[in-house]
Amino acid sequence: MSVRRLAKDQPESFEFTPQNKAWLERQIAKYPDGRQASAVIPALWQAQKQNDYWLPRAAIEKVAEELGMPAIRVMEVATFYTMFNLEPVGRYFVQMCGTTPCMLRGSDDIKAVLERRVGPQGKRTADGMFSWLEVECLGACCNAPMVQINDDYYEDLTAENFEKLLDDLAAGRPVKKGSQTGRVSSEPAGGAITTLTEFYGADGTSGPLSGKK
Amino acid sequence: MLADKDRIFQNLYGFGDAGLAGARARGAWDGTKGLIEKGKDWIIAEMKGSGLRGRGGAGFPTGLKWSFMPKPDPARPSYLVVNADESEPGTCKDREIMRNDPHLLVEGCLIASFAMGAHAAYIYVRGEYIAEREALQRAVDEAYAANLIGKNNVHGWPFDLYVHHGAGAYICGEETALLESLEGKKGMPRLKPPFPANMGLYGCPTTVNNVESIAVAPTILRRGAAWFSSFGAPNNAGTKLFCVSGHVNRPCNVEEAMSIPFRELIDRHCGGVRGGWDNLLAVIPGGSSVRCVPAAQIIDTPMDFDSLSKLRSGLGTAAVIVMDKSTDIVRAIARLSHFYKHESCGQCTPCREGTGWMYRVMMRMVEGRAHKSEIDTLLEVSKQIEGHTICALGDAAAWPIQGLITHFRGEIEKRIDQYSARAGQAPVEPVRTAAE
Repeated sequence: MSVRRLAKDQPESFEFTPQNKAWLERQIAKYPDGRQASAVIPALWQAQKQNDYWLPRAAIEKVAEELGMPAIRVMEVATFYTMFNLEPVGRYFVQMCGTTPCMLRGSDDIKAVLERRVGPQGKRTADGMFSWLEVECLGACCNAPMVQINDDYYEDLTAENFEKLLDDLAAGRPVKKGSQTGRVSSEPAGGAITTLTEFYGADGTSGPLSGKK
Repeated sequence: MLADKDRIFQNLYGFGDAGLAGARARGAWDGTKGLIEKGKDWIIAEMKGSGLRGRGGAGFPTGLKWSFMPKPDPARPSYLVVNADESEPGTCKDREIMRNDPHLLVEGCLIASFAMGAHAAYIYVRGEYIAEREALQRAVDEAYAANLIGKNNVHGWPFDLYVHHGAGAYICGEETALLESLEGKKGMPRLKPPFPANMGLYGCPTTVNNVESIAVAPTILRRGAAWFSSFGAPNNAGTKLFCVSGHVNRPCNVEEAMSIPFRELIDRHCGGVRGGWDNLLAVIPGGSSVRCVPAAQIIDTPMDFDSLSKLRSGLGTAAVIVMDKSTDIVRAIARLSHFYKHESCGQCTPCREGTGWMYRVMMRMVEGRAHKSEIDTLLEVSKQIEGHTICALGDAAAWPIQGLITHFRGEIEKRIDQYSARAGQAPVEPVRTAAE
């Protein structure tokens, strides 16, 4: 478990934008009647995205109101799940994976870059551009080490290409998501030895089975 | 080596089109109606016959799990819930299925739901997988648009499929915690019984399956149980996605036949161990929750459920974490202890208090700032946590430490000796008691 508390400075109020309100209605429709509480995580997530990637108390209370839930139940959810940021984060919020598979591939170097350039964990830089956090396994272990910045994964990092990535973000230059060393996804570096460029159908030859009959 | 024509996930790396047209060209959605017309008994028998064991870690036979679902009752509709909360350190296979071959999963959901009498299914994707969730939603939308799923679909089984997501809690990979989370609560595991097949989502009969288990089902049914069970050792049938990470030359995800020897898996697909085979120290063969295995024991072991459990480890999710001799093994395991401390939901006392205690002791072991007698205390405490909690997170936190002590006690002792020797020369902090 981790200690998670609401931020000291809270905005007065929170209101969903009309688009997000309509979006929330569509989410609620996914669940059976009377089970709208199921939409609480998507609702809080959307609220967080609308509010510069962090969740104020007013947003938690607004979600409770929208879903007809007691506020304390939504508060429990907001404080239990670690993707809800309860304090303001930088415009580029870097979540660095430090769990063993990334550690083995050099996440210590990535951490050193962040400590040097951004400063201590959980604190925003003076210009508000960056903040960072060491998080637990993000599930891209074949492309370790990696970070998540806002919604996107950046993989196969080294101290050099990660510094360049941060430079590009700070300067507003376009960056490449995913692997920073040119891999498509999690194929072996330098190309797959399984061919997987020619596709086989359900019968193990080529093309769909029904086409053969 | 598994032949390319026998691979189920032909677009694993995303070299081809992940959309409906591409998936169809690879054989997805091919003759699905025919499979459904053969009836649920045939599907379940075929799944049992294929020998498929659940791909989420526990290895429970999938066909048998489906057969536990009670007869449909209009007052209590049945649900299929797909566990895509892939968070076990080392595991990154479901991610590739969702973003590169999502139609296999969508089709599998329809077939599995039919077999268990469910008209609705939820896929619970971990919160961090935002692009993957969007890719999967695109596939679901395509399937709706082509009337492959939906209320009046061409397959004649009314079926709705919804993509749901979490927000960063490892514990939601535990099936009952996942259901709690899907109901809009904190992800705290439920006491069992009642099992989800009787009282699951919204109190209704529910089956929770891993993404890979569901996504392989359509191909198994199309190509036959005998084809699937022709791979791997008896009782460990089929093909499997292996996620190889750590100190290999070319880490990757790869689909291989079960029971492939460890050495062959690494040499063929990953370019060997960094620095050669003599440089291999240890392997965690099934995700962070299983015990590590030292090099000498793993090199020629078949990678399957039974062979690895004989080594007191496990296949788990087939997330193979390779560590060479440059690894600080004590620190590598201590980092996993931090993971479990962070991810404990806090419901059961042995886990809530124990994971933090074990982490603090492990951090002292990393430095060597401990007494040798504390190694046995740590082992004893890990055994007090194991088996004394509602879910398996307590076990999962205990096993890596037990594996470390079993195989690398000498390394821990060496560090304590080094620390004590240094302590004789310069003033250092006193050794704190374990219950700090």
